[in-house]
Amino acid sequence: MSVDESTVRRVAKLARIAVEDHEVAKLKGELDAILAFVEELSELDVDGVEPMTGVTPVSIRLREDVVTDGENAERVLRNAPAREGDFFVVPKVVE
Amino acid sequence: MSDLLDFTFADARKKLAAKDFSAVELTQAYLDAIDAGRGLNAYVLETPEIALERAAASDQRIASGEAGALEGLPLGVKDLFCTEGVRTTACSKILGDFTPPYESAVTERMRAAGAVMLGKLNNDEFAMGSSNESSCFGTPVNPWRKTGSDAALVAGGSSGGSAAAVAARLCLGATATDTGGSIRQPAAFTGTVGIKPTYGRCSRWGIVAFASSLDQAGPIARDVRDAAILLSAMSGHDPRDSTSVEREVPDFEAAVGRSVKGLKIGLPKEYRVDGMPGEIEALWEQGAAWLRAAGAEVVEVSLPHTKYALPAYYIVAPAEASSNLARYDGVRYGLRAPGRDIVEMYEKTRAAGFGDEVRRRIMIGTYVLSAGYYDAYYVRAQKVRTLIKRDFETVFADGVDAILTPATPSAAFGIGENANASPVEMYLNDVFTVTVNMAGLPGVAVPAGKSADGLPLALQLIGRPFDEETLFSTAAVIEDAAGGGFTPERWW
Repeated sequence: MSVDESTVRRVAKLARIAVEDHEVAKLKGELDAILAFVEELSELDVDGVEPMTGVTPVSIRLREDVVTDGENAERVLRNAPAREGDFFVVPKVVE
Repeated sequence: MSDLLDFTFADARKKLAAKDFSAVELTQAYLDAIDAGRGLNAYVLETPEIALERAAASDQRIASGEAGALEGLPLGVKDLFCTEGVRTTACSKILGDFTPPYESAVTERMRAAGAVMLGKLNNDEFAMGSSNESSCFGTPVNPWRKTGSDAALVAGGSSGGSAAAVAARLCLGATATDTGGSIRQPAAFTGTVGIKPTYGRCSRWGIVAFASSLDQAGPIARDVRDAAILLSAMSGHDPRDSTSVEREVPDFEAAVGRSVKGLKIGLPKEYRVDGMPGEIEALWEQGAAWLRAAGAEVVEVSLPHTKYALPAYYIVAPAEASSNLARYDGVRYGLRAPGRDIVEMYEKTRAAGFGDEVRRRIMIGTYVLSAGYYDAYYVRAQKVRTLIKRDFETVFADGVDAILTPATPSAAFGIGENANASPVEMYLNDVFTVTVNMAGLPGVAVPAGKSADGLPLALQLIGRPFDEETLFSTAAVIEDAAGGGFTPERWW
């Protein structure tokens, strides 16, 4: 399996990482190499095998449905790159 | 008082209790060592004020008979653990000067037990790497050098700073994390002891996430006993991590020195990989001979899906990473690069903030999770993971108590030596360690010999789930038989 350059651009878009034109060919080569490496898995017969989603067979624990946190605006916002009052500031999202 | 650095924690603990020296004196000795060892680039942030303040508090608790299990232990903390009020970056530019308003569960436990934080240790960016060369703070230097050479070697990765600091005595013990070998491989490269416990033993709460179904915290320490003391203090149930198990934590130290007589040790034939260097093979045989001499029964076992572990890992880990790292968007913390609209801001922030290896893994992860490829890659890899786990279950069901393997395919290599290697070649560093994460098992790396060039080499022991005790007993036998000599000669 190998990817073409438009796939590299599409994946970068999905991953929300800006990729410069001159980087695309190099990335394509690297992704191809990794995909070739994992290609080995296709020789295994995995029919009827359960996919493993977690290591320990734990059931999700439930807790009381009560508020345990909150009123921490200052702590939450302390690391914000841009803020105004108790809000994060971002570029305009809706016109 | 540079000889203060010679004590393991087990020994220092007695001296502290006897008031032969104070926790402040011990801490100061390490702060001085850090000062002198700055060229090793093990620390990315030093916190001497915090250290001295906590050491003074330790002295008070020792004086009032309230010493905890790690009281006065000068500890280095991998920069993947959030530390309250102390910059935590995962050694990525994207986290900038992120200063957590909370403490990770593991370091909180260690602090409550009396550990004294000296600072934050270097690691590969987001723990992705096997040489610590992807850190935004540069590469830590292995305190070991080849005989007759002054070429700088890597300390392994991703916990390279932790391993270098413990080996060079810039801390008495360190926290580390292991997703595919990131505790065991650097421990092996530096002549230190590193254990990745069973998945679920340590809480992941407050540790910067890489691949959540594989990540586990554990210690890197000077010897097996210290590793056992540290792991007991790090372990335990935490309701904030839903994968943390409700299980009593044994006194792991009590397992050190326990006889291995009658234990069945498996040697997996699939680990005899093509091109394995003769000295690694000889080390492995030597380890088996030592365990036999100590009364263990050594048998050959088969783990038939071993060769699929690494490719499956390089689907599962990047997939989880691409999802976990989606949170770095420049909105709530860390780096932000300006953009005309919000999407451009995300894209530019992430392009500027992530290094090459992290970007590569996010892209692979995004690809294998994307529509049309999800079943062919991701679900298939998860199925292979089931087969890998089953291999181990079969061997353990046959009565094998622990599995002995080499820890790494080679000794430490030079910084920059693999600059032209493909990403895949670098991934092969984890060929012996990654199966353990895939199956969620405990694994320990213990120094067992030296390469022809005089560099430390290690063996790995893999145990049944939640049976770290057998690993400590068995690793201690190897440590004793190897006879020490794993302190690097000081040149820095």
